[in-house]
Amino acid sequence: MSTRSKVWWWIGGVLIVIYCLFPIAWIVSLSLKAPADVSNSSFLPTSATWSNYEEIFTGTASDLFLPALRNSFGICLIATFISCLLSMFAAYAIARLDFPGKRLILSTALAVAIFPVISIVTPLFNVWRQIGLYDTWLGLIIPYLSLTLPISIWTMSAFFREIPWEMEQAAQVDGATTWQAFRKVIVPLAAPGVFTTAIIAFFIAWNDFAYGISLTSTDASRPVPAALGLFSGASQFEDPTTVIAAAAVIVTIPVVVLVLLFQRRIVAGLTNGAVKG
Amino acid sequence: MSQTTLPPVEKTRPVSAPPSGLSDKSKAERKLGWMLAGPAFAVMLLVTAYPIAQAIYDSLFSYRLTDPENKSFNGLENYWVVLSDGLWWQAILVTVFITVVTVAVELVLGFALAYVMAKALRTLRPVLRAAILIPYAVITVVSAYAWQFAFDVNTGFVNSWFAWLPGVGTDTDWFGDRWTSLLVICLAEIWKTTPFISLLLLAGLAQVPEVLQEAAKVDGATAWQRLWRVTIPNMKAAIMVALLFRTLDAFRIFDSIFIMTAGANQTESVSFLAYRQTITRVEIGLGSAVSVLLFLSVVLIAFGFIKAFRVDLAQTRGEG
Amino acid sequence: MASIEMKNIVKKYGDGFPAVNDVSLDIADGEFMILVGPSGCGKSTLLRMIVGLEDITNGDMVIGGTRVNEKAPRDRNLSMVFQNYALYPHMTVFENIAFPLRLSKTPDDEVRRRVTEAADVLELREHLERKPANLSGGQRQRVAMGRAIVRQAEAFLFDEPLSNLDAKLRGQMRTEISRLQRRLGITTVYVTHDQTEAMTLGDRVCVLRKGVIQQVASPRELYEQPVNLFVAGFIGSPPMNFLPATLEGDALSTPFGSIRLDEARAAKVRGRDLLLVGIRPEYFEDASLVDEAKRHVGSTFRARVDVTEWLGDSQYAYIPYEAPEAIREKLRELSRELDSEELRTQAVVSIDSTSRIREGQEAEIWLDARKIHVFDPQTGENLTRDADAGAELTRLATQDREAAQEAARGATAVGAA
Repeated sequence: MSTRSKVWWWIGGVLIVIYCLFPIAWIVSLSLKAPADVSNSSFLPTSATWSNYEEIFTGTASDLFLPALRNSFGICLIATFISCLLSMFAAYAIARLDFPGKRLILSTALAVAIFPVISIVTPLFNVWRQIGLYDTWLGLIIPYLSLTLPISIWTMSAFFREIPWEMEQAAQVDGATTWQAFRKVIVPLAAPGVFTTAIIAFFIAWNDFAYGISLTSTDASRPVPAALGLFSGASQFEDPTTVIAAAAVIVTIPVVVLVLLFQRRIVAGLTNGAVKG
Repeated sequence: MSQTTLPPVEKTRPVSAPPSGLSDKSKAERKLGWMLAGPAFAVMLLVTAYPIAQAIYDSLFSYRLTDPENKSFNGLENYWVVLSDGLWWQAILVTVFITVVTVAVELVLGFALAYVMAKALRTLRPVLRAAILIPYAVITVVSAYAWQFAFDVNTGFVNSWFAWLPGVGTDTDWFGDRWTSLLVICLAEIWKTTPFISLLLLAGLAQVPEVLQEAAKVDGATAWQRLWRVTIPNMKAAIMVALLFRTLDAFRIFDSIFIMTAGANQTESVSFLAYRQTITRVEIGLGSAVSVLLFLSVVLIAFGFIKAFRVDLAQTRGEG
Repeated sequence: MASIEMKNIVKKYGDGFPAVNDVSLDIADGEFMILVGPSGCGKSTLLRMIVGLEDITNGDMVIGGTRVNEKAPRDRNLSMVFQNYALYPHMTVFENIAFPLRLSKTPDDEVRRRVTEAADVLELREHLERKPANLSGGQRQRVAMGRAIVRQAEAFLFDEPLSNLDAKLRGQMRTEISRLQRRLGITTVYVTHDQTEAMTLGDRVCVLRKGVIQQVASPRELYEQPVNLFVAGFIGSPPMNFLPATLEGDALSTPFGSIRLDEARAAKVRGRDLLLVGIRPEYFEDASLVDEAKRHVGSTFRARVDVTEWLGDSQYAYIPYEAPEAIREKLRELSRELDSEELRTQAVVSIDSTSRIREGQEAEIWLDARKIHVFDPQTGENLTRDADAGAELTRLATQDREAAQEAARGATAVGAA
C-alpha cells in the first residue's frame, strides 16, 4: 500500500471511531454538567461535577435508579443463563445429531427473532395481570427468553458446527467414555461459543425497553431502560437531563467493558450465525 | 459379480436392523435430538405463539380493561375501526418512512464502514472493531436520549454548532415539527444500527476471495467496476440478510420514538400506536387488533423479501 | 496385539443400500493389511466398524479371539489415526499424546516416560509443549501417530492418514509408518485410495468395490495375477491397457497386431467372440532396443505415436487405437468406477528413456506376450489367471514379513541390551 492510501485509510478509520464514540462522549460530558451549565449550548461543561452521579446513587433519584439497576442485572443474568442453557442443548442437537425437524427448529427461531415485540407485549400485559406475573421478575424473564433464545440458538449452532466432531470419536477410540469425551474434549472446544453467545444474549436482554415499560409498574421489577424512560415523566427533579445522562453512563459501562474485553469474539458471534455457512 | 452372492444362510442371532431400515442408533439419535432441542423449541413457541393467539382472540372483542363488564364479541369490528382511522395510516406512513430512510442510509454507510475496516491496517483494526461495537451494544434508550439532548433547544449543542446552516438557528425547535423530529429519530437509529450492518457486510466482504479482485484487475477493471461487478455480486447473500433483518427491525421501531417524542407531532409508529392503545388507554380489543396488524405487516415484509430476492435464510445462515 | 477376523460383515444404512456387503477377512497378528478401492467402495466404513464407530448390521467382528460387535470403541483397545488427525486443539502436543494414558489413569511418571519415548521415536521431542495449531502438516501427522503408539493397543487403524500431506512428505511418512509397524510388529489396518501406499506398505492388500471384496493378496500377486478387470485396472500406474481382441487359432488378433498365446492359455480363453487383452505399459518396449534373444517371446507391431512423455528415468508413448462400441462402453464404465477421467482408447506404452521414438511418427514397438492377461469383457473375469503362481507370490510375501519382523525384534532386543 502506498503511503498516500495508507493516510486515507487512517483518516477513514479515525472518522469511524469519532462517529461511534461521539454520542457517548456527549452523554458523558452532559452527565458532568452542573444544572446551571445544562443550557450553555456547548458540548463541554464549563466545570465538571460529580453531583449528578451522587444524585442517582445517594440522592432522590436513587430510589428509582438503584432498584432498577438491581432488577436489570438480576433479570438479564437469569434470562441469559436460562436461554444459554436451553440453546446449548438445542444447538448441540442441531450441530451434532441427525434428526428430522432440525430445519423446523431453526426456522422457528428465525420467525421468533423477527416477531414484533409489541405484538407479544400487549397480550402478555393482559395475561400477566390475570395470573399475577405482572410486575414480577419472572414476568420479565419469560418474555426475555423470546428475545434471547432465537439468537442464542442460531449463534451457538453456528459455533458448534465448527467443532470438529471427529474429536469425539477420536476420544472414544482413545478410551474415553461418552461422558469423558464430552467433558474433556467437547466442552473446552464449545466453551468459547457458549460464552460469546451469553454476552450477545445479555446485550439483547439489557437493551429491552418495550417489555420493561409495559409489564412493570413499580421498582419491584422495573429494569433500568424503563426507569430511564420514566425519569423525564416524573418531574420530581428540577431538570432531569443531567441526571438521566449520569444514569445512562452507568448502564453503558457494563456493555462497554464487555465490548472492550471480548470484541473479537462478539464480532465472530454476530457474524458467524448470520453470514457464514 | 459377487454382488449377487446370497447372504449367509445360517443366522445365529437376530438381525440388528429393524425392517423399517432405521437402525437402533439412528432411532436413538432422533429421540435424543428432540429431547435436547425440544425444551428450547417449546419455550420459543410458548412465548410467541401463545401471546399472538391470545392477541388474535382479544382483537375480536370490544374490551376495555377498566370496564370488563362490557366486554363483548364484536367480530372484525376492531379491525374496521383501526383501518378506517387516520391514526393507523399516519403510523404506517411514519413507520415506512423511518424504515426506508434508515435502511437505505445504513446500507450505504454500513458498506463504507465495512470497506474501511476491511482495508484498515492491522494496527487499527482492533480499535475499529471495538469502536464499532459500542453503538451496537449501547442501550437504545441511552442512544435516543443522547441524540434528543444534543438537538434539544435548551440542552443541546447542535443549534449553536450548526447555526451557520440555512434554516438552523439557536432557537430551532427540532422536536416541534413532524419532519424534523423524524429526522432526529432517523439519525439516532442510523447511528445505533449501522455498525451491526457493517459487521455483517464486513463478514460478507471477507468471503469474496482476494484472487477475484486480482483477476478483475488483470482484466482491466477500475476500482469502481470491481466494486460493482465483482465485490457486490459476490456478497449478495450477506447484503440480503443484512437488509432483511434491518428492515424488519426498523419496522418495529418503538424505543427511540417513546423517548424522543412520545408520539407527539404525528410521529407515532405502528408499534407505538399498539402500545398506547393497549397499555396507556387499556383498550385491549383495539390494541390487540393493532398488534395483530403489525404482526401481519412484518410477516408480509419477510415473506415478500424471501420471495422477491429468493433469500433462503436457512441456507445463508447455515444448513438447515 | 491381536488378530482381526471379520465374518460375513454387512453394513446397511437407512436406505437399505449395503455399504459393505458380506465381507469376510482374516488379518493375522502383526500383519499390515491395506483396504483399498475407489471412493464409496466401503473401505472407511469397514475400518470404522472394526474400531466401533459404526454399527455392524450383520456378521461377526472378532478381535483377538473375542467377538466385539457390541463393545464400545473404548473397550476395544484399538488406536486409530484419522484422516484429518483429530488432534485436540486445546491441548499441547504432550497432552494430546498422553490423552489415552490419562483416560486410563496411568500414573504421572509413567505417562511422562511413555510420551517421551513415543516423541523420540517420532522426533517430536522439541514440539511437546506446542499446540497443534502451530505445527506443520507433517508434525501434526506425527502427533496423531504418537497418540496411537503411546498405548499398548491391540491394533493400529489408519484412515487415509497421508492424504492431507503434499507428495514429498507423503513419501517420507510412508516409509516412517512402514518402519514403525515393522519395529512394533503390531497388527495394522490401513485405508487408502492411493495405490502407491497400498503397494509399498501392505503385506496383503484387500481390494474393495462397492462394498464387496474383489481380491485379497500380496501386492505382487495383485499386480501379476489380478482376479478381474477391476483389480487389474485399479492396481498399477499408469494403468493396464485394455485392447479388444478375438481369438484366431492360438493367436489373439488385436489392433496392435497378432499376439501368440501358449496352448494352455489359449485353451482357457477359447469359445468367446470378443475378448479384452490386458497389457501393462512396461510389457512394451521400443523394438529397436530389445535384445535379439528376447524378441521371440513377444510380437512386434507398427503404430503411429500420438504423444511422448520423457520423465528422465523412463518414457511413455501414447498410441491411439480403434475399438468396437461395446468395448468402449465397457472401458468407460470401468474408468468411471475407478474414479478416473474417461479414457480415450489409447494405449500407454513404457519405452526406454533413451528411445528415439518421437511423437507424430510411426514406430515399431515390441510387446512381451508372456505376461499379458485375457479378460472376459462381459463378466470382467481374468481368464488366464494362474492361481497357483499367485498363491506362491503371497506365500513368499508372508515369509518375508515374518523374517523382517524377526529381524526387527532382534535389533530391538540388541538395542535394549
